[in-house]
Amino acid sequence: MSELTAKTIADLRDGIRSREFTARELAEAFNAAVAAAKTLNAYTVETPEDALAAAEAADSGKSTGPLAGIPLGIKDLFATKGVDTTAGSRILKDFRPPYESTVVANLRKAGAGMLGKLNMDEFAMGSSNETSAYGPVISPWRRKGSNVGLTPGGSSGGSAAAVAAGIAPGATGTDTGGSIRQPAAFAGICGIKPTYGRCSRWGIVSFASSLDQAGPMARTVRDCAILLEAMCGFDPKDSTSLDEPVPQWEANLSSDLKVKRVGIPKEYRIDGVPSEINALWDRGIEWLKDAGATPVEISLPHTKYALPTYYIIAPAEASSNLARYDGVRYGLRVTGDDGLNGMYSATRAEGFGAEVKRRVMIGTYVLSAGFYDAYFTKAQKVRALIKQDFRKAFEQCDVILTPTAPSAAFGIGEKTDPLAMYLNDVFAVPASLAGLPAMGVPGGLDDQGLPLGLHLIGNELDEQTVFNAGLAIEERAGFTARPEKWW
Amino acid sequence: MADAAAPYRIQGETGEWEVVVGLEVHAQITATASKLFSGAATAFGAEPNTQVSLVDAAMPGMLPVPNRECIRQAVRTGMALDAKINKWSRFDRKNYFYADLPQGYQISQLYHPLVGEGELEILVDEKDEGSAKRIGIERLHVEQDAGKLMHDQHATMSYVDLNRAGVALMEIVSRPDMRSPAEAGAYLRKLRSILRYVGSCDGNMEEGSMRADVNVSVRKPGGELGTRTETKNVNSVRFVMAVVEHEAKRQVELLESGGKVDQETRLYDPDKNVTRSLRSKEDAHDYRYFPDPDLLPLELDDVFLAECRSTLPELPDTKRKRYEDLGITAYNASVLTAEVETARWFDSLIDAGAEPKQAANWVVAELFGALNRRGEGIEQSPVSPASAAELLGLVADGTISGTIAKQVFEIMLETGKGASAIVEERGLKQTSDTGAIDAEVDKVLSANADKVAEYKGGKPQLFGFFVGQVMKATGGKANPKLVNERLRAKLDG
Repeated sequence: MSELTAKTIADLRDGIRSREFTARELAEAFNAAVAAAKTLNAYTVETPEDALAAAEAADSGKSTGPLAGIPLGIKDLFATKGVDTTAGSRILKDFRPPYESTVVANLRKAGAGMLGKLNMDEFAMGSSNETSAYGPVISPWRRKGSNVGLTPGGSSGGSAAAVAAGIAPGATGTDTGGSIRQPAAFAGICGIKPTYGRCSRWGIVSFASSLDQAGPMARTVRDCAILLEAMCGFDPKDSTSLDEPVPQWEANLSSDLKVKRVGIPKEYRIDGVPSEINALWDRGIEWLKDAGATPVEISLPHTKYALPTYYIIAPAEASSNLARYDGVRYGLRVTGDDGLNGMYSATRAEGFGAEVKRRVMIGTYVLSAGFYDAYFTKAQKVRALIKQDFRKAFEQCDVILTPTAPSAAFGIGEKTDPLAMYLNDVFAVPASLAGLPAMGVPGGLDDQGLPLGLHLIGNELDEQTVFNAGLAIEERAGFTARPEKWW
Repeated sequence: MADAAAPYRIQGETGEWEVVVGLEVHAQITATASKLFSGAATAFGAEPNTQVSLVDAAMPGMLPVPNRECIRQAVRTGMALDAKINKWSRFDRKNYFYADLPQGYQISQLYHPLVGEGELEILVDEKDEGSAKRIGIERLHVEQDAGKLMHDQHATMSYVDLNRAGVALMEIVSRPDMRSPAEAGAYLRKLRSILRYVGSCDGNMEEGSMRADVNVSVRKPGGELGTRTETKNVNSVRFVMAVVEHEAKRQVELLESGGKVDQETRLYDPDKNVTRSLRSKEDAHDYRYFPDPDLLPLELDDVFLAECRSTLPELPDTKRKRYEDLGITAYNASVLTAEVETARWFDSLIDAGAEPKQAANWVVAELFGALNRRGEGIEQSPVSPASAAELLGLVADGTISGTIAKQVFEIMLETGKGASAIVEERGLKQTSDTGAIDAEVDKVLSANADKVAEYKGGKPQLFGFFVGQVMKATGGKANPKLVNERLRAKLDG
């Protein structure tokens, strides 16, 4: 890692402003690091000239935004004008949208450039990046004394790996049921999913519309605050976008948590979770106490239904959202030999991977006549109860602390049972169903030297408390570990 | 002719049958030039795929945003149908695969429609107020139209035109309250008339901005409802009536020969005047409706609703009653209010000072006759309401006679000149000079001494002949009332 690529976004921004180094030097350093890290398979497309163009604009004074000259990695789920946008799927092979997603447009307005598109689980369905049509991303982290390839988590696995490996100072991610927070935990970085509706979904390939939310992934809490401020804002092109002003999260960062109450949900003590994870959780409580907060035990009684509820609602919406990939207008077309229906099945059979097919089928099933009420309607009711759990909990506390994931990163190919894979998101999914802001922050390493994360859930629109509690943990955890470069 | 009050019956071998009809009308919201969830334009007859936005083509990551004006027009239409407006409604996805449906689902409203129950009144026979009947409206909801496949562009492939994809439709569902082809026709005409008054839909069935799904079943009069069939996309009033008639007959024949009616979707073939099966209930799609997660529920506030109501025009029923109160005959009132353009034209005529009753007779007899001859609609009338009022004014104040008025009107149609100018120019003013009239009367009587003798001998019907002769001799300018008076004096005095 060169000196420049090791810096935080806050430092890079200040360094460009004070002319300590030029944005061009910075872009070149990252472009070189990206080019040298192909083994990780983190990028699906590299766009060094894009990063350089943003750098030129910053150096020449044409761009003065808060991210002027900062190059970022963009998850392949975001439409980028004229640049391949495939959602990690064969069915969108070579698809180049003539439009730019709102979030990417906002980042560009702030002066950021793009290093390339980041690998991901196909259509963001997965927790290990193994479902990508481009093949899995390999985590820069390795177990002590082992060279077994590990997953960076998913679905924003390319984003997590890129930030951890220093081949992007920050990246965009999307989170439907933990896809920002779980990979952040596996990669020892920070990542926040804001309140549902903060970031426009316009131009982000839909997975499950009522859950999808974009967010930043970066090395520090401050960097996440800087990026999120640039990414979000009301967008009339997305009906579910929140018409709310964007707070100055970075300026209001404070790790002083006096008068704050931290909720510890008793239902999150789950059997089979490694003791190291529970030990880290306890340390997290101590750190927040040290920062002035008061821990309170809270109850989120419907937690145990969250995962099954999620695996009804998300596939249901996905089965409908993915119907547009039919070979008629764009992307892959396999003609087949049986007219229109033949073309549909041939195209979708070849274009979608196994996990996407599984979820499309689950979703189709739960929406079918005769099953709709038993599955979909019931899941919507449970979702309302889960939201209500959180509403009640936030009468007793200001922020909730839990582990991010039930394990550290696992090896590529190690988890083959889909249900075991789904369990990865057990701590992340409830906040998604409730649309609440939630952040993963690194807390330490396990005995194999792999990162473990802590998870903070805030009340609606209260990202500030989440950031502040995250900062308090960051300051006390002193997490400075970086993967040793082997690639 | 059958008495309008007598119920419509199908004569079968086992006796009389009754037909039960319900209509689902799809009316395009033509008041807005843009689609329901995208900013794209909706011009009819444009080159294929020129009226398509990224949203309509369902590009990855594109999202629908409701078009407020479409919602407003649908609410106004609901109000015109005297229907309950739901302040909270929601959009659902209807999922199915077809090449003209880019999203793979249609955004519609199944569970919570924008408009609930309402009704409209039809006159099966416009000359007979006694033929009035109320037809229930079950609901009105808004939804997207699909695109169109073109099968004639390539030897082995079909092409897709997405110009209509995403166009805003109102689906207006009636109760199964109609009992004859005539009632179905009257319902569709009335609905079309109301839509055009409101301005939400131009009602142009040829261009596809209005079409009907016709639900038909038969039963023994007053018996249990039979199984219904649905004939899709019928695009004229005449065809709707034909579908009801033929489908009812087909079902009766089927039932009487021991068969049963399948609940199925049928298509109407206007060339052969038959309906044929499209798909049975077993083949019906499972549409997997669920609330569209890209859209928030639609919530309407009182200010919005008040604005919708305040911009409603006077509707045909109210207008018809007002016309009748002005002394216009029920028939004329009904004819004048059937089409919004006619009613608007007529209102302008009255506003320009024409006497309503005389004006109504003139429009129905003279103006319609002339326009029919010329093959023009009232919108293209070469005579404006103001100049028609001028013409009628000249008759009313005795300046010209009714006969001369017809002549003047013809000249107006040809030359576009005003009535007074024509009368002045051509010296068509009515003569009320009794001396001149007496002179002509004397001439006519002396020239027809034989007829005078016959008249006096007991043939009073010859009076009209003398009137005609005098009018002819004066070039129609003599005041007919005076001519009558003077002739009576001379012949009977």
